[in-house]
Amino acid sequence: MDSFLKIRGLKKYFGDNRVLDGIDLDVTAASVTTIIGKSGIGKSVLLKCIANLLQPDAGIIELDGQAISQSRRTAQSDAGVSFSYMFQNNALFDSLTAFENVALPLREASKLNTAEIQERVDEMLAHLELSDSADRYPGELSGGMKKRVALGRALITKPQVVLFDEPTTGLDPERKFSVFEMIADYRERFGFTALLVSHDIPEVFEISDRVAWLDEGRIKFFGKPEDLNTDAQSALSGFLNKANYGRKSSPLNGANE
Amino acid sequence: MSVVFDLGEISLFGWGALRGFFTQRSRLAKLTLGIHEIGVRCFPIIATVGLFTGLVMGLQLYYTLVKFGAESALGTAVALSLIRELGPVLTALMVVGQAGSAMASELGIQRNDEQIDALQTMSIDPLGFLVGPRLVATLICFPILTAIFDLIGIFGGYLTGSVLLNVDSGVYWNRVFESVTWADVQGGYIKALVFGLLTISICAYRGYNTHRKASFPGVRGVSESATRAVVWSSVTVLAADYLITSFLM
Repeated sequence: MDSFLKIRGLKKYFGDNRVLDGIDLDVTAASVTTIIGKSGIGKSVLLKCIANLLQPDAGIIELDGQAISQSRRTAQSDAGVSFSYMFQNNALFDSLTAFENVALPLREASKLNTAEIQERVDEMLAHLELSDSADRYPGELSGGMKKRVALGRALITKPQVVLFDEPTTGLDPERKFSVFEMIADYRERFGFTALLVSHDIPEVFEISDRVAWLDEGRIKFFGKPEDLNTDAQSALSGFLNKANYGRKSSPLNGANE
Repeated sequence: MSVVFDLGEISLFGWGALRGFFTQRSRLAKLTLGIHEIGVRCFPIIATVGLFTGLVMGLQLYYTLVKFGAESALGTAVALSLIRELGPVLTALMVVGQAGSAMASELGIQRNDEQIDALQTMSIDPLGFLVGPRLVATLICFPILTAIFDLIGIFGGYLTGSVLLNVDSGVYWNRVFESVTWADVQGGYIKALVFGLLTISICAYRGYNTHRKASFPGVRGVSESATRAVVWSSVTVLAADYLITSFLM
């Protein structure tokens, strides 16, 4: 298995709190890997280390065979891997409209002209059912709409790697499903590699190629969603049961029984 | 020791922001917003404080000078005090109160809300995008605001000195034009530029680094950053004023 994103011995401490304590992970290109685990266990910290927003205390993160800090594409250079990050709390700019928020990475860090940006953002907003809200500011949007604007901003640059930090938090079941569908659809169209943090178990497994279970600072399970039960350790089973993994509505129920 | 360390960090921060601005796209649009924030929105408070400062100086200096029969020197005293000292210092303090505190709070909220992190993930230099335009706008706005403060202050001195207390208006304006030299104006502008760069850098630095510098997380951290930004900037303006005046005299 050729890993596009390779993590070895990743450690991140906050004072005495060992949040990540030796993470090893291999993610193949154009796959969707979902990181699950209890709240506050360090899933977002792991994403932020991968996004270079936090400096790890030890370990290596390689992307396409290069250290993460050297492999990222910048506004000045087309070389390297293009990255995108969808934040848990959306991180939208209050002073920009929905359209401007989605257009921001294209306006500031791409070579597209105004007409191309307009066309691409209009298409994205239509896809997200946000065309009527293009001129509204984040303060005037509902939680679900903000989430979709953030999703649009994350995908508008057609990135090669996308990190999703709880992309469906606060959405109703219908919207959750459409967000997952959109991630799957965009992955199909653009072939990006996705790392997803989600508590929406088991719905998120529908679009996941691999699942990584983070517990006590380490990845304690890594495999296909359908292997979760057969390969389950007691703590993982406990976590999945609490996450209502075996509920009747689960699309994966057949695999679980 | 930590003050020296912070000063070094602030210098690098300001330099990074200025350098980052020139790598940005749509610089003119961003600069226009910065000028609106620092220049246009501060104009009313600068004009008001300038007028009242001039009015008070006219009164105080008149009653001091009249004791020596030197009330005809009122124009000189008002103009030189304002252009050399009070204009740059009070302008800087007013801009800190109006724009600096708002900037520190805004950047602090953007930090807490992960908007600054979001810029980084979009390959946009956050310093150049958020702070750079404001620093360049400062270089343009501070000397202009200082000039406006000086002019309105001198007019205020005229209102109390000549209109209210009957100092001959011809004498007042003649003394203003005779006594003020280019070196005085230049000194005032140097101060305005230095104060502007220092105050806006400090305010932006405190807000931008809320996550590292504030003792509390969240809203309290933002409030602490804004308060410290104003206090640090104000003290720095007064200390820098003394240093610059020592060099200029």
